[in-house]
Amino acid sequence: MFLINCPFCGERDQSEFSSGGEAHIVRPKQPTELSDDEWAEYLFMRKNIKGIQFERWNHVHGCRKWFNVVRDTSNDKILSVYKMGEKPPVNYK
Amino acid sequence: MKNKYSVFSLIKNALSQHENWQQAWGNPEPKKEYDAIIVGGGGHGLATAYYLAKKHNLKNIAVLEKGWIGGGNTGRNTTIIRSNYLWDASAGLYDHALKLWENLSQELNYNVMFSQRGVMNLAHNLQDVRDLKRRTHANRLNGIDAVWLNTEEVKKFCPIINTSPDIRYPVLGGTLQRRAGTARHDAVAWGYARGASDMGVDIIQNCEVKGIKRNGDRVEGLETTKGFIKTNKIGVVAAGHSSVIANMAGLKLPLESKPLQALVSEPVKPIIDTVVMSNAVHAYVSQSDKGELVIGAGTDSYVSYTQRGSHNIVEETLKAILELYPIFSRMKMLRQWGGIVDICPDASPIISKTNIKGLYFNCGWGTGGFKATPGSGDLFAHTIANDEPHKLNAAFNLNRFVSGDLVDEHGAAAVAH
Repeated sequence: MFLINCPFCGERDQSEFSSGGEAHIVRPKQPTELSDDEWAEYLFMRKNIKGIQFERWNHVHGCRKWFNVVRDTSNDKILSVYKMGEKPPVNYK
Repeated sequence: MKNKYSVFSLIKNALSQHENWQQAWGNPEPKKEYDAIIVGGGGHGLATAYYLAKKHNLKNIAVLEKGWIGGGNTGRNTTIIRSNYLWDASAGLYDHALKLWENLSQELNYNVMFSQRGVMNLAHNLQDVRDLKRRTHANRLNGIDAVWLNTEEVKKFCPIINTSPDIRYPVLGGTLQRRAGTARHDAVAWGYARGASDMGVDIIQNCEVKGIKRNGDRVEGLETTKGFIKTNKIGVVAAGHSSVIANMAGLKLPLESKPLQALVSEPVKPIIDTVVMSNAVHAYVSQSDKGELVIGAGTDSYVSYTQRGSHNIVEETLKAILELYPIFSRMKMLRQWGGIVDICPDASPIISKTNIKGLYFNCGWGTGGFKATPGSGDLFAHTIANDEPHKLNAAFNLNRFVSGDLVDEHGAAAVAH
């Protein structure tokens, strides 16, 4: 349980948001060219990091917009919030 | 068994004021090398070591545990045991476990307090009714006991349920598996630890794995907080931390780790003599032998390793509990906690080899691994010893996410484990 600073609405309770999981997984440009292994990688395999994770959130009970968050999954501290399409902050690895 | 527990040992030790009981399992320092190392000293890991030693004659085994044995999800679940899963592969896996549960106290010479008090799953809408009836039929075709109860029969089986048609999610019926029930979770870990230790397995607590040493496509050993340990077979049974261990070997798994919560009330006199689960409103309840109501909630929606969980999840669950059981409206809750569960996209576990030789994973049990503890250990031990899966866990391989041959138990089979 934590607060998320929506880039459009400001700080709101996490229960207003829906988690979209790991961010920056790019949808395959040529789906028909993909091997089964590559599909599995895209659809199912996740880093599932304990520590600093880049992820997507949707303010589902607010502005309904998607955005990105950098969060430490070992203590739920949010380190950075940035809009869709923006480059992820480079000071977290 | 070196120190067999019996009524005679109880009397003998009573005469010496219970001061001479032997330690139930050893506390050794790690050796330099083992034939196999199990990472994770929960129920599944200890059971794996137990069956490796007992059935596959591997004696030089270690179980490494980061904290204390049974301190992770083994000690954090709501202890529900059942096998009424929809698909054939799941039915085979979970009923294998249930059959082992039925004789586990005798097998381990340790009372795991297995109580076949029945598990009832409630239906709250027409789709629930169709799904649960279908599951009942599927279960019976697989030789698993299951019956459909209408609303009156639900009320008769568990009289404190509010079956009024006027509530938000009325009870339209339910399924009952009478062979299902609960067990004492700590005792399962302790019983397997004692049994394994007795056969020479080293149980090493406070020993965290820091790295996996690889030589090309095979494993060579583990870097731990107690130094490097050589081995060519590693079985990882690390539940919520499976991905963390996999990352050390450069592997990615199809898992997301999320907090799952449970809570218990103050102890009261016997009021509910079965386990009642409800998927649609995501609340399940039973009563422990101490008299506490044991209540399970849902998972948080996001990845987290915090072992806490959000308040709003508990609130939703208690709302549902209060509507279904108005008699509990003045109960006080004593404790709440969270465990980190590793959830697979198809809500089925992975008991599998990997493409790294000597590295095996038993993970992805998600919100319902406790019920499978003996079966999981037995089948994983078989997989490690033979480098081939048993026919009961062949479907639960890692490759199913590539082939598409998923065992989709999400929503299909009473997912509120």
